[in-house]
Amino acid sequence: MPDVLLSVEGLTRRFDVSKPWLNRVIEREDRQFLTATADVSFDICKGETFALVGESGSGKSTIAKMIVGLLEPSAGQIRFDGKVMDFASGAAMRALRRRFQMIFQDPFASLNPRWRVGDIIAEPIHTFGLLRGAEVTREVGRLLDLVGLSAADAEKFPHEFSGGQRQRIAIARALSSRPEFIVCDEPTSALDVSVQAQILNLMRDLQDEFGLTYLLISHDLSVVRHMSNRIGVLYLGRLVEVAEAKRLFTEPQHPYTRMLLDAVPDLSLSGRRRTPVTGEIPNPINPPSGCAFHPRCPQVFEPCRHQTPMSTATATGQAACHLLTHDQKAESS
Amino acid sequence: MTDSTPEKRPGALARAWDSDIAWSFRHSPLAIVAALVSLVIILAAVLAPWIAPHDPFNPASLNLMDGFTPPMEPNAFTGNVYWLGTDNQGRDVFSTILYGARISLFVGFMAVLFAMVLGITLGLIAGYRGGWLDSLLMRVADVQLTFPSILLALLIFGVARGFIPPAYREAMAIWVLIVAIGLSDWVQYARVVRGATMVEKNKEYVQAARVIGAHPAKILVRHILPNVMGPVLVIATIGLALAIIAEATLSFLGVGVPPTQPSLGTLIRIGQGFLFSGEWWILLFPSITLLALALSVNLLGDWLRDALNPRLR
Amino acid sequence: MPALADKAPLLSVRDLVVEFPTRRGVLRALDKVSFDIAEGEVLGMVGESGAGKSLTGAAIIGLLEPPGRIASGEVWLRGERIDNLPRERMRRLRGRRIGMVFQDPLTSLNPLYTVARQLIETIRTHMDVSDTEARNRAVGLLDRVGIPAAARRIDDYPHHFSGGMRQRVVIALALAAEPELVIADEPTTALDVSVQAQIIDVLKEICAERGASVMLITHDMGVIAETADRVAVLYAGRLAEIGPVRDVIQRAEHPYTAGLMGSIPTLTQTAERLTQIPGSMPRLDAIPKGCAFNPRCPRVLERCRIERPELIAREGGRQVACWLYDREAQDA
Repeated sequence: MPDVLLSVEGLTRRFDVSKPWLNRVIEREDRQFLTATADVSFDICKGETFALVGESGSGKSTIAKMIVGLLEPSAGQIRFDGKVMDFASGAAMRALRRRFQMIFQDPFASLNPRWRVGDIIAEPIHTFGLLRGAEVTREVGRLLDLVGLSAADAEKFPHEFSGGQRQRIAIARALSSRPEFIVCDEPTSALDVSVQAQILNLMRDLQDEFGLTYLLISHDLSVVRHMSNRIGVLYLGRLVEVAEAKRLFTEPQHPYTRMLLDAVPDLSLSGRRRTPVTGEIPNPINPPSGCAFHPRCPQVFEPCRHQTPMSTATATGQAACHLLTHDQKAESS
Repeated sequence: MTDSTPEKRPGALARAWDSDIAWSFRHSPLAIVAALVSLVIILAAVLAPWIAPHDPFNPASLNLMDGFTPPMEPNAFTGNVYWLGTDNQGRDVFSTILYGARISLFVGFMAVLFAMVLGITLGLIAGYRGGWLDSLLMRVADVQLTFPSILLALLIFGVARGFIPPAYREAMAIWVLIVAIGLSDWVQYARVVRGATMVEKNKEYVQAARVIGAHPAKILVRHILPNVMGPVLVIATIGLALAIIAEATLSFLGVGVPPTQPSLGTLIRIGQGFLFSGEWWILLFPSITLLALALSVNLLGDWLRDALNPRLR
Repeated sequence: MPALADKAPLLSVRDLVVEFPTRRGVLRALDKVSFDIAEGEVLGMVGESGAGKSLTGAAIIGLLEPPGRIASGEVWLRGERIDNLPRERMRRLRGRRIGMVFQDPLTSLNPLYTVARQLIETIRTHMDVSDTEARNRAVGLLDRVGIPAAARRIDDYPHHFSGGMRQRVVIALALAAEPELVIADEPTTALDVSVQAQIIDVLKEICAERGASVMLITHDMGVIAETADRVAVLYAGRLAEIGPVRDVIQRAEHPYTAGLMGSIPTLTQTAERLTQIPGSMPRLDAIPKGCAFNPRCPRVLERCRIERPELIAREGGRQVACWLYDREAQDA
């Protein structure tokens, strides 16, 4: 078993979406909670790319935000290199914070429009006190060079760059604190495909060069398949399946994974006839009982409606589906 | 026409000249006129001690015989000619306007600065922290808005007079005025900054700073503040015109600066006493100056608001 | 000659030029774009953001946002020129003969009116039918686009529907007056993958059923591959390649199309690295001389830097704007 770098255990996040107090009293409503992430557990090993895929409301971005400390978990624990992350303790976290970074979705929003590119990239260097004086300028130049821009670009402002170039700047900034682990939240979904290819290739090259570990958040199954070693599939805040990347696509274990794969438009023009996908994602404020996927599941049976399925080991990883345990019981008896 | 030769980076000045805002300025005759008028009055006021033909506050230089000289006419006793005439004490109206505008502008600028600093600070904190602190600050702002600002300034002025020993009253009057106008004006800065902060704080560049554990104060000042300053500058420009008028109003009501240091408002108050006895110039010229100053600054503010609003372009 | 050329096309766009006057000079957002859409055909329009694909749609239906304007060129709908129609006649043509589906269903639906009111109004504006008949048609349409319990749900307001259901309503609205052409601009971009597939299926089926042609504007090659008969590839406001979907996707001829196809990760590919086109599409104020793609092109010729290539007819009804194919065209 390779070294685990990040370990997430029972991660849960609820948002209070209640109306204001007075409205609740007058309309006789209870407090309402949205469970964005429910009891999610997974490990990420050193040097691998672990991906989380899901549609809207699956809680993938919530998980990313909790891992980097932008959101507090309602329950559960995150360990980084064996140490429990406690974002409330400032001093203890400082050393840990340097070791992870985040790349955001929208390169037009993730760079402060009033800052020069050099200052944006140097911010983590200054915050962690890694270098000073002329060394900072030299390091910024080196980082710009690394991501395919030139050292002279440090003097410019973000609006002078295209979307793809801005994402390169964001990557240079993320690398400036020399992190081991980078959370990439939809890093290419705001970019055009030809630019997406450049950024994905760059991310790969950097991973090879620096031995980076990635958590890749995406809704795009093709991107995820191309980039990652292992994939976790989320549905309504629950992790329904985790599997090796290539095998997830050939041997999907969970009916939702299968449905998702069928829904992806096929560029190869193989003419494969897909099972028509039905239904839409339910409102996460009142998720279905039992298995959250049961109203859309083509293979639904009795226990699905009442019991939340537990995650069980499969040939390719693990999955949470009553069919898997049911079959096993049937086989063993 | 563009070709593929490597682009030269133009200097900062050239880029500023070529910027959208400069372009919009060059294509707005009204803004250019307003800027010119403001600039002339402001320069004249700042340079008053050097360019005023007389020092209206030096009793030694005053000659009562010069009193009530009409504009551009030689005085009946002394034969002196004054461009804009003199008042009852023989003070040159042109010089008193220059010195008066100096006081008015000083009070206006300082009041706006005071309101801006207060409003921006509270707005940033309310917008970023949110929760009960935000509710508290905004309710205070709501309550304050229900009072007309002149009434509020009068109240503050009255209270301050009660606390300041009589010996210092005259010297402190101008500062009390600044605080009074500033305090009645901070709410709009706070509201605009709060709203903009609430938008900016959710942007990814702020999240990126939070991920590396940057201190909230640093995020507010270095990241968010530069991005919310646009609308603040618009309000400040229009606010300057309003502050000058507020000062004039208070001085006109007799609660502003002391008559020994007359502002434009004080001059107008003094001048109106002579209107019906035929000495119209004592009232008219300070009034025109105040109007020109307030109007041109206000027009400049209007233009700035339109130029910074991309939806109107 | 392909069979399509025998019949007059439903929509014919000729040398369409769309310009935006700005203070730095006039920007050409579309530069001599020409294509046809045949009866019952689905034409996919792809390109990166800023390539001009949405503008093409907007120009055809006369909804260019000012100061954008058609500077030259012609648009013909079934033999009638429509690019220079008076505003009022254009307004009547929209909805009646050309239906529209936009990316965000909320922009096409009025949140203050029930779905019934909007559908019935559209039907009655364009067709001479009674109120009851219009309502029956509306219910039928909603039922057809897959809205469960259509007879009851028709009286709901748009916000009562989920995103996917709303887009179904918009499709019903676009088809209410039985138009000959439907222009769908990124109809599935705002939707989740699992819903996207359903919407594409509905759009495709219902248009085929009614014989309406479709101009499908999207950045998603996968959607084009599954839906369109032919595809047009736009680059920097110019048509790079147009032809049958299978040919263009599997054997792209224009180096840009080829690069684009290689840069898309797929569910079956095995390559470790994606093909990448260096650089990015030029901004409208910096389009290079000659072929707009020449600074990024791996197969660039001297000529590409000087002279702009016109569309060159190739086998199977394909057209490519690239000098690489010029000599062959001359020989043939």
